[in-house]
Amino acid sequence: MDIARVDQIIDKHNSEASSLIQILLDIQSENHWLPKEALERISERLQVPYTRIQHIATFYKAFSLVPKGRHQVHICMGTACHVRGAQRVLDTLQDLTGIKPGETDLDLKYSLETVNCLGCCALGPVIEIDGKIHGEMSPTRTADTLKKYE
Amino acid sequence: MNEILLKIDGREVEAKEGMTILEAAQNAGIYIPTLCHHEKLEPYGACRICTVEAESRGQTRLVAACLYPVEKNLVVRTRSEKVDKIRKMILELLLAHAPDSRGLQDLVEEYGADKDRFEKEASFCVHCGLCVRYCAEVKKKFAVGFVNRGARREISFVPEIASKECWNCKECFPLCPTEALQAAYVYTEALISSLPRLGRQML
Repeated sequence: MDIARVDQIIDKHNSEASSLIQILLDIQSENHWLPKEALERISERLQVPYTRIQHIATFYKAFSLVPKGRHQVHICMGTACHVRGAQRVLDTLQDLTGIKPGETDLDLKYSLETVNCLGCCALGPVIEIDGKIHGEMSPTRTADTLKKYE
Repeated sequence: MNEILLKIDGREVEAKEGMTILEAAQNAGIYIPTLCHHEKLEPYGACRICTVEAESRGQTRLVAACLYPVEKNLVVRTRSEKVDKIRKMILELLLAHAPDSRGLQDLVEEYGADKDRFEKEASFCVHCGLCVRYCAEVKKKFAVGFVNRGARREISFVPEIASKECWNCKECFPLCPTEALQAAYVYTEALISSLPRLGRQML
């Protein structure tokens, strides 16, 4: 993400310090992570101390200060999914992507994250890729689903 | 300014409107222990060691003396069984983070806190925020701030600012109730991480 695009987003919010979190969210959703250069630029333009931005960016789980993969894979480890075999699905995901929960692979293709409930327990075990829910996962179906995301 | 009369530990104390219980007590020479309080800084209410019993309109509540504004006919008790018990608990929790901090030792003796009560997780930081607030409010440099949250919250220096400003200041070090160990360590860490960047600039 280049600085010009960061400037555009800041301009969209009229460079107001009160829009700080919204600006961070916009950059996060476009770029999937918050590069240091972007945060420094925001600090400069909004006249907000860098420590404050750092505090906010590390406080909320929605923000990431390290690069994330192109596809965000969330696997539900909630009770319903757990009893229906979420652990086996997680094992399959780890084998296929080569990463553990909370990590991103070297090609920046996938980021894997465990979550505790996605709110559709009847579909369990559930995984969510880029916001799309895939229900009734088995190890084989997980492999097939993952293939669709390049 | 309106004068307000209140009672602290049975003594009639006069205070101005807008003052906190702590300020009123200090003016009257009554001691309330504090860790995160500093006269140059805004009240923060982080350490809760200044907890006192405040009675108004027949209700008794536990409040932080450094934040609670004085009101008419307020009755404050700075030492009571309840207050002592809570201060002891707070101390024991803080001791899990900073077991041998000399700043806490007097209080430990006073309240009979057991430093081994909780499993130690020595981070040497009790999150009083003195260094962070001093840098922001007095020095206006914003070189040090908090990162992360909850159990993983810690202080962090911004390398770019710290390498320029901190060496000649270091005024936040002596403020630390756990003896600046953590601030000094984190500061050194930030300096080291800024070295390659500075090297690049020189080239």
